[in-house]
Amino acid sequence: MAVIQVQRKPLTLAERTYLPQIFGGLMTTIKYFFRPAETLQYPEQRPAIPPGYRGVPTLVMDPNGREKCVSCQLCEFVCPPKAIRITPGTVAEGKGIDNVEKAPQAFDIDMLRCIYCGLCEEVCPEEAIFLQNQYSMSGYSRAEMVNHKDRLYELGGTLPDKHFKWEVKKAAEQGAGAHH
Amino acid sequence: MSEFFFGLPVVVQGVIKGLAVILFIFPVAAACSMAERKVSAWIQRRPGPNRTIPPMLVGIPGMGVLQRLGLFQLAADGGKFFFKEEPLPNHVHKFYFVLAPFIAMIPAFTTVTVVPFGAYLDPAGKVMPLMLANVDVGMLAIFAVASLGVYSLILAGWASNSKYPFLGGVRASAQLISYELSMTLSVLPVFLWVNEPGSTGSLSLARVVEFQSHAGFWGGTWFLFTMPLSALIFMVALFAETNRQPFDMPESEADLVGGFHTEYGAFKWSLFFVAEYANMIVGSSVFALLFLGGWNPLPWIPLSSLLGGLQHLTGSALWLHPLVAGVLSTCIFVGKVLITIFVFMWVRWTVPRFRYDQVMRIGWKILLPLSIANLVAYTVGIYFLQG
Repeated sequence: MAVIQVQRKPLTLAERTYLPQIFGGLMTTIKYFFRPAETLQYPEQRPAIPPGYRGVPTLVMDPNGREKCVSCQLCEFVCPPKAIRITPGTVAEGKGIDNVEKAPQAFDIDMLRCIYCGLCEEVCPEEAIFLQNQYSMSGYSRAEMVNHKDRLYELGGTLPDKHFKWEVKKAAEQGAGAHH
Repeated sequence: MSEFFFGLPVVVQGVIKGLAVILFIFPVAAACSMAERKVSAWIQRRPGPNRTIPPMLVGIPGMGVLQRLGLFQLAADGGKFFFKEEPLPNHVHKFYFVLAPFIAMIPAFTTVTVVPFGAYLDPAGKVMPLMLANVDVGMLAIFAVASLGVYSLILAGWASNSKYPFLGGVRASAQLISYELSMTLSVLPVFLWVNEPGSTGSLSLARVVEFQSHAGFWGGTWFLFTMPLSALIFMVALFAETNRQPFDMPESEADLVGGFHTEYGAFKWSLFFVAEYANMIVGSSVFALLFLGGWNPLPWIPLSSLLGGLQHLTGSALWLHPLVAGVLSTCIFVGKVLITIFVFMWVRWTVPRFRYDQVMRIGWKILLPLSIANLVAYTVGIYFLQG
């Protein structure tokens, strides 16, 4: 590659006195002086969260209010910092989720370890775990920074379901026999 | 009331007047530090300090404005300094270490005595300046006392007995001595012009303002217009003398931690800053008096015509009352000083700091020859105009 020699022009008298530059700078700063502040008054004003934001991971329910997680533990295995700890359990009778075999008995996400990578959301076959809009977490102890299952559902709420995977499966089983 | 005041011994009168001026300057100097924070915030498009409010004042109408202006923050910061622990490091020279901040206050509050800050019309229609001491040495006294300010910085730097304050003190002394020369030389043309042949010579600042309030085009012109170069040199030297950005070599927190005040904390530290702002106020006052027409409201409109015009418009002789005229002229003058102080802050948040060698080059190689040439040119010009 050819080296291009750039001729540096000698400074003009006006440039050497600094004054035009300083006045130019003063004009710029006075322009900004009269503009409104760009900052938010944080606790009162909150920033708008863009779609696709990866906030605190949460567990969601389906529109029928049923637990989606089947405790397959894929998120636990994929989690790079090992922030997720799941204790699988059986499905309680009469909860309306007898279409699946398992549900988490305990589901803990240690927010001191979580790196908000979103791999758990990506890997979940049930679309049960989502990184949602909450971005500020605080607590007074390490134990407080671990989100347990009830807290995770409280944060997650209910999200619309595009597939109703298990209903479709159930309907298919009842309609077309044992093939699936 | 006024009879009682004038019945007091002269010394007591002087003390009362002096205390009044100091009690004005001290809070204004403190308020300037808040103004500094606010100006920097607005230039950087932040709201600045706007949260602090005493709980008992919440909800009172109008307090929200003061809260957003950060006035309670100022009170909280100021009050904090009185209750903080006074750290006194073991390795310092204790006597001089404690002495330095108090010495810093002396030039700031001494120079005020010869600075006129307003005027009133006496029954004969003559403009009488309001000042603590209308002495003929005026400007000379300011230069003489203001240059003592460097001792506080040197003393602070040396008594701290550690390297960064020491370097800061060395820089301070070199810088202040360098720029004093050009500063003094830059105002000489003004006084050459004012002391026309045949008059009694005077270096009083009131005289300079009086000269800028004559009738006619040339009489009413502010010296800013007739001597722009002097004004520029004086302004630049003033920045250097008050250790303001872009000349804040003695502090330069990037390379010297905190410069001369590295070892200081709490109340002693705040004294340095009140002194810096008080110096700025006095410096801005001198600039306003020399180049911005003092208490004259606008160029070519002296105070006496403003008062006469107001009297003509409203038809009341109240405007010529010494009290009204004095308050009005003081307000005009303080307004000019505050505008000049705003320029100080505006420049601080615009221009980056010079390197130390650049400071020396500007001082000795540019400003000093320029001010000498300026002095020679104006001397020749004044000789042909007035002689």
